[in-house]
Amino acid sequence: MKKVTWMAVAVVGLMVLAGSAPAANVTLNGAGASFPYPLYSQWAHKYNSLTGLKLNYQSIGSGGGIAQIKAKTVDFGASDAPLKPKALDEAGLVQFPMVMGGVVPVVNVAGVAPGQLKLSGAVLADIFLGKIAKWDDPALKALNPKVKLPSQAITVVHRTEGSGTTFIFTSYLAGISPAWKEQVGAGKSVKWPAPNSIGGKGNEGVAGQVKVVSGAVGYVEYAYALQNKMTYVSLKNQAGKFVQPKIETFQAAAANADWKNAPGYYLMLNNQPGEASWPIVGATYILMHKDQADAAKAQAMLKFFDWCYKHGSEMAEKLHYVPMPKNVVKMVEATWAKEVKAGGKPVKY
Amino acid sequence: MGVGDSDPAPTLRDQKNFGLRTMAKSTPATSQGDYYFKWLTAAAALITPLIMAGIFLELVGHSLPSIKEFGFGFLISQNWNPVTEQFGAASSIFGTVMSTLIAMVIAVPLSIAIALFLVELAQPGVSKVVGAMIELLAAIPSIIYGMWGMFVFGPFMARHVQPLLQDTLGFLPLFQGPPMGLGMLTAGIILAFMILPFICAITRDVFLLVPNVVKESAHGMGATTWEVTYKVTIPYGLVGIIGALFLGLGRALGETMAVTFVIGNAHNISASLFAPGNSIASTLANEFTEATDLLYVSSLIELGLVLFIMTYLIQVLAQFMLRRMYKSWSVGL
Repeated sequence: MKKVTWMAVAVVGLMVLAGSAPAANVTLNGAGASFPYPLYSQWAHKYNSLTGLKLNYQSIGSGGGIAQIKAKTVDFGASDAPLKPKALDEAGLVQFPMVMGGVVPVVNVAGVAPGQLKLSGAVLADIFLGKIAKWDDPALKALNPKVKLPSQAITVVHRTEGSGTTFIFTSYLAGISPAWKEQVGAGKSVKWPAPNSIGGKGNEGVAGQVKVVSGAVGYVEYAYALQNKMTYVSLKNQAGKFVQPKIETFQAAAANADWKNAPGYYLMLNNQPGEASWPIVGATYILMHKDQADAAKAQAMLKFFDWCYKHGSEMAEKLHYVPMPKNVVKMVEATWAKEVKAGGKPVKY
Repeated sequence: MGVGDSDPAPTLRDQKNFGLRTMAKSTPATSQGDYYFKWLTAAAALITPLIMAGIFLELVGHSLPSIKEFGFGFLISQNWNPVTEQFGAASSIFGTVMSTLIAMVIAVPLSIAIALFLVELAQPGVSKVVGAMIELLAAIPSIIYGMWGMFVFGPFMARHVQPLLQDTLGFLPLFQGPPMGLGMLTAGIILAFMILPFICAITRDVFLLVPNVVKESAHGMGATTWEVTYKVTIPYGLVGIIGALFLGLGRALGETMAVTFVIGNAHNISASLFAPGNSIASTLANEFTEATDLLYVSSLIELGLVLFIMTYLIQVLAQFMLRRMYKSWSVGL
């Protein structure tokens, strides 16, 4: 009898400890996509100063992030390319979008100012296919009657390593151009068909090569285009309007996204309807295990993500990311309540 | 390599026996210490072949899926497509060989000329300063070469060197295509800058080892500086020079960071030196971290295996050539 009492006390004690463990004792480890790294590290820093929680995020790339969360070497993974619902179920993972960003074609053509050059998706695909090889091609001239385009060879610059940015960009091209879909396809790393194509490592590599190679065209995350003062282009969106890349047009694209009917939040935000929508937008995702081994860790993690959604928007916008809309945050939190369990019980945060 | 031929140095075995005997007389306990010492050093020496064998076996083991899938075709196929999971190493092997070849063609004559100048012709003060600067060149990290190559040297090539080559030698297939500044030629030249200090420093030291007596007697017979260089200094140091060349070659084959920045990173074989290409090392640096599919990873590891074997064969060839030359050239050091 005495024994049982003692055990009951111990169990209750443990539960209390687990439930009320101060965040300061928990260290969270995450790994994955490099695109949101600047934001995640700022969020983690700010959150640390508020609560004392330590969060290490290694920006090793989306592929590495998926591999590490599957191997359970980290508490959460991050990927720019969402996993298909089937792959999520197989690995026992749940995924949710954390923040969105725009991918922007950038050019280096003498005499062309940022936003001046107008491109349509089909023309962009033809350039990356190598079908349009010169800047004074009739197709480019037809879109840009007022811009003086030189008779210069086009050099295509792409990411050499597998990357979420490439996934978003090639998905866009594959969605808009049947020829691209057939010849190249969409993926984190593809076989680039244009004969004059060179590769750069990372967003900064592509930005650097576009800057030094005259006649180059590439694609980067918006933040890199802005930081490096690069010549971005205007793109024709689904509504037929030419739009400039900026946070408002990214938000317009994101607002149209139909998250409700996207199981596992598997949703491509490319080519969304709406007159103001920027056509190449993607979300970056967090991956975590549905079945959490450590309740205190799970709680700390969800608390952190919840704080990011509710208090991190301003920081995100400062770094040119698009925060998730409120209705999506509500959906994500419903998913947490339904799917994330520790010891078979929902995690309170 | 003993320096004096007339006065043969005592062999290693003589020295060892002598040492053991004297030690044994004074303190018997030391011989046991020597026993341990021998095994300690042997164990240390054993680490090298073990690491070699370990790396080789690991590479082979992890390459197996790709070897099974593509077989010998891996080496001759140019197709590198992660979407359809088709992988071929031809463009990477070609790029590795080509960029190294360009580097050697530029660096070898240059470094021998510099070494000769430093040893034979320059004022001692000049020689010291220039020599120190060349050694400093060897200390620059390769990423710096890469960044300088991409942001400074690449645009310079695109604006000045490549248009000039195109105007004068543009009829050759070697110099066709748009002058982008990044590509095989730029990579080769950057590599040349990187291996030059190594070849140059060793060649200089080799030339310094040529006994003054030999050179002076040649001068005494009325030989000009050119004749002394050509007929005495170079033949005397030839074995050492060849050794330096192979060291440079080995470094150029495996150089990663600098090449990755400037080679253009396209899986592509082109006759033009202006065209972007890739090397084995640059492909690994670029793609390894993000490769998740088994066949992709395996193909990358097989690329590593190819580089490993290439480097190994070159080292074996170097040893073989050095031994033959050492035998046939009695003037060796």
